[in-house]
Amino acid sequence: MNPDLTVDIAGLKMKNPVMVASGTFGYGEEYAQLVDLNSLGAIVVKGITLAPRLGNPPPRIVETPCGMLNAIGLENVGVEKFIKEKLPYLRQFDIIVIANIAGKTVEEYVELARKLNGLVDGLEINISCPNVVKGGLEFGQDPALTYEVVSKVRQATRLPLIAKLSPNVTDIKVIAKSAVEAGIDAISLINTILGMVIDVTTRKPILANVTGGLSGPAIKPIALRMVHEVARVVRVPIIGQGGIMNATDALEFIIAGATAVAVGTANFVDPQTSLKIIKGIEDYLIKNNIHRLSELTGSLQI
Amino acid sequence: MLQTKIKILANKKIAPEYYKMALESPEIVRTSTPGQFLHIRVSNNSEPLLRRPFGIHSIKDTGEFEILYRVVGKGTALLSKKKAEEELDVLGPLGNGFKFPVAGNETMVLIGGGAGIAPLFFLAQKAHHLRQIIVLIGGKTKDQVLCEEEFKKLGIEVRIATEDGSYGHKGLVTDLLNALLHTSLSIFACGPLPMQKRISIFSSEHNLSCQVSLESRMACGIGACLGCAIKVKGESTTYKRVCIEGPVFEAKEIMWE
Repeated sequence: MNPDLTVDIAGLKMKNPVMVASGTFGYGEEYAQLVDLNSLGAIVVKGITLAPRLGNPPPRIVETPCGMLNAIGLENVGVEKFIKEKLPYLRQFDIIVIANIAGKTVEEYVELARKLNGLVDGLEINISCPNVVKGGLEFGQDPALTYEVVSKVRQATRLPLIAKLSPNVTDIKVIAKSAVEAGIDAISLINTILGMVIDVTTRKPILANVTGGLSGPAIKPIALRMVHEVARVVRVPIIGQGGIMNATDALEFIIAGATAVAVGTANFVDPQTSLKIIKGIEDYLIKNNIHRLSELTGSLQI
Repeated sequence: MLQTKIKILANKKIAPEYYKMALESPEIVRTSTPGQFLHIRVSNNSEPLLRRPFGIHSIKDTGEFEILYRVVGKGTALLSKKKAEEELDVLGPLGNGFKFPVAGNETMVLIGGGAGIAPLFFLAQKAHHLRQIIVLIGGKTKDQVLCEEEFKKLGIEVRIATEDGSYGHKGLVTDLLNALLHTSLSIFACGPLPMQKRISIFSSEHNLSCQVSLESRMACGIGACLGCAIKVKGESTTYKRVCIEGPVFEAKEIMWE
């Protein structure tokens, strides 16, 4: 018998625990020729803001050892165009669609939640983007602001709510607890880690934005540690992400306490990664005679 | 666009730092147009992490094609070590290629520098029956002048300029362009950024149509990550993605830094 891979994130019944992370899968359309979207647990679309955003000047990305830095700066079409032009395409598929929302103020997050109410399956509140001047990270680095954003969005919508937290904090547990107290349904861990690269010939940073967010396998141990820490202090589901490249990486997050995982940078390297991970998790469960994925979640032996 | 494993047929050094790799994929040969690129995974592990974009250099009716590349870093160094019979994970063909043939009876002038000559040979293969073509090859030194014989075998006139005068005209490719201004021209350029910029400015000064094939730091290659943005002209600042709106652009579109 095939093992049961289904997971429940705040009432979202996913057919498997493998999602694709915001900013790494566009609006789904870009990958539809290469990946059967119906097979994915869920898609988290590129961060959406109220007004369209141009993004940062180039260069926006640079490769680093076992990773990359990005400073895209939340380039996106804006919520109206997303609803009119991008969402209908995704809606042809049997896939859970989660909108990642980013605001400069609490009011903007609330407005975004209202506009998307009833149109998507869930919201991921982005309080961790390191590449914008206002909003983003400043909310995710302050437990009181985290509480304020989450509780106000909570009042504005009944959609399942996920908070995407930043690793650029002293104690991730404090922020996670604030989000839970404010009524969050699930937590995405982690967004990128702030970093930079300098060109020694010009003595200039490679990224026009000077700093960017580090992602890829280089950050996996940090992400895993944070999932482990947070899993021990909150009861809401955690979506583990940060450098997942294969099924073994994903299983590590699940054992550490993640209910689901999200594949990010690996989509750029091999668009098939998420599908391979679904298969790999299934194989692992069969091999270890585990009937339900949930039996494995948080089964870390210390 | 497809993602597929492709067998390497040969991988040869053709000049100091420059290599040509032959691969076999009837599907890619059948579906590619000149100027499109392939996004190739050069490592099976996470170092280097990202794919590398390469323009298609040439095709054969037998289903073989070539890429031409310069070893500039870790990724291309790894690629240069690959042997025949090994397989590469290839995504493509990607992006928009050159628009050709051009209107009227314009002569197509193909201008390449270094590995920038790569996609222009594929263009010449497809266009030399349709229009008169002249190829201008530029480089700092003779070592950067590639593919002269291959173009000549197609019956195409080749003119050369090197900055140090070690081969052909001493100076810049734009000097060679000056000598062609009496005919009506349409320019197709690929090469180092300063050269492309120079050619673009020259084209706009002389009101010539000019298409450039650009490079950029790139992650996904299919328009999702928004990493390869370049600035284009408009009433206000706007960006286009090299991978999907490009890599070939009308030169007049580009905001050169």
